[in-house]
Amino acid sequence: MNIFKIIDEIQQVDGDAVERLQHASRRSFMTKFSRSMAAAAVPAAMGTIFNKAYAFTPGAIDVLKFALTLEYLEEEFYVKGTSAAGLIPAEYGVVFNQIKKHESQHVNFLKTALGAAAPAKPTFDFTAKGAFADVFTKFDTFVFLSHAFEDTGVRAYKGQAGNLMAKEDEPLLDYALQIHSVEARHAAKARYILSTIRGNTRIKPWISLNEGSPVEVYAGDDNTVQGGTDITGIGGKSLDAVTEAFDEPLTKDAVLAIAGMFIV
Amino acid sequence: MNKTTERLSLTNGSEENPVVDVVNRRFFLRSAGLAAATGAFFMQSCVKDHDLGPGGAGAVNLGTGDIGILNYAYALEQLEAAFYIKVLETPYAGMTDMERSFLTDIRDHEVVHREFFKAALGSAAIMGLSPNFTAIDFNSRASVLGTAKVFEDTGVSAYNGAGILLENPTYLLLAGKIVSVEARHAAIIRDLLMPNTMSFAGDDIIDMNGLDLLKRPADVLPAVAPFIYNSIDASGLPKP
Repeated sequence: MNIFKIIDEIQQVDGDAVERLQHASRRSFMTKFSRSMAAAAVPAAMGTIFNKAYAFTPGAIDVLKFALTLEYLEEEFYVKGTSAAGLIPAEYGVVFNQIKKHESQHVNFLKTALGAAAPAKPTFDFTAKGAFADVFTKFDTFVFLSHAFEDTGVRAYKGQAGNLMAKEDEPLLDYALQIHSVEARHAAKARYILSTIRGNTRIKPWISLNEGSPVEVYAGDDNTVQGGTDITGIGGKSLDAVTEAFDEPLTKDAVLAIAGMFIV
Repeated sequence: MNKTTERLSLTNGSEENPVVDVVNRRFFLRSAGLAAATGAFFMQSCVKDHDLGPGGAGAVNLGTGDIGILNYAYALEQLEAAFYIKVLETPYAGMTDMERSFLTDIRDHEVVHREFFKAALGSAAIMGLSPNFTAIDFNSRASVLGTAKVFEDTGVSAYNGAGILLENPTYLLLAGKIVSVEARHAAIIRDLLMPNTMSFAGDDIIDMNGLDLLKRPADVLPAVAPFIYNSIDASGLPKP
């Protein structure tokens, strides 16, 4: 069942529904709406609210636009990868189709939320001007970029959480966190596959120190200062464990620099 | 009372911790935390301030505001750490090297999380909880990994649901740093159970908008209650 379709159908039957929603004050609407309706039913109406200027904070809208750019990139990457004949071995087909499905869902979700404010999809070059020329013909290269995109996505969403703390942005913080952890699940599985096909057990589902490539994706992930305190050696655990236990954020600029390598 | 003594000495040694400084400014909270740590004063303190709440007498009171949410996370991390310590102490039959490696890493991450919260909360930290693992067959791979799956998915849902309850951006970021590691754990445990299927991010947990689980404390705590002997008083936690 497609929830967007359902909402659309409701609006066809009850054409005044949206207009009546708009008469509610923004605050009371968001409070009642976000807490009483099933999460799955929110996005279509959320987009309607946005279009009619019952908006979230400008900072939050910027976060949504930024997130949509990343999701566009991921979606197209997996659409191309899963349709490239002979690229993905049969045993991993289900995994990458599942990831593709989620990235498409994230694109639709964010586009709906942004409505008319949604940015257009950029033109992507997944070879990064030839640096990954065999991205859709060699599985190793595809998985390598998959793990890098997923880890970047995790760091990107994490870095934006603090920009969604206004009261009226509460639903968006929920959604952003829910996407964030899905990206982390993807990252773990992509890393596990990369480790398997390369026979490299040093590549773990979690990020040790700042190990990994491209280096920009893992810069600063070896941070040991948490909440203002250096926790090196805490609980008698290794530096690997201490740094694996905390995923670090990336700034928007750092993320856009990484994504920019793949945008024409 | 050994645990209490240990915690108090840890508190004295961590006074310079900036996170603890934040805690220290909240004198009321510190008092509440100490009261919870020294059972004899617990009831008196609670009766004075408010009702005993659903936990009742002797319940572990998580506290209020951000400190309450951090204690909530600390409680969950205590449970996870204790579970994986036991898993590695009594490995199930047929545990592969890969499984042992993953489970050891996960244990260490959970211990790091537990110790981090304990140090950060200082004197406001709840006591060490007593886990109840009687329902788990530690000799059985299915029982161990099945429980791990529940704990990790629960952890992800709990941190996701705690985000809007936090007021301090530093704490929100910390929760974000931890939740993605829990999600990595969840994905790998799920993949060990059902290799190379959609289970690592399965349709049973990810909805049609591609959104992961999200649960508020009122839904998480009853789910983990069977695994903890202590009763938890969450009545002071922020409400969504």
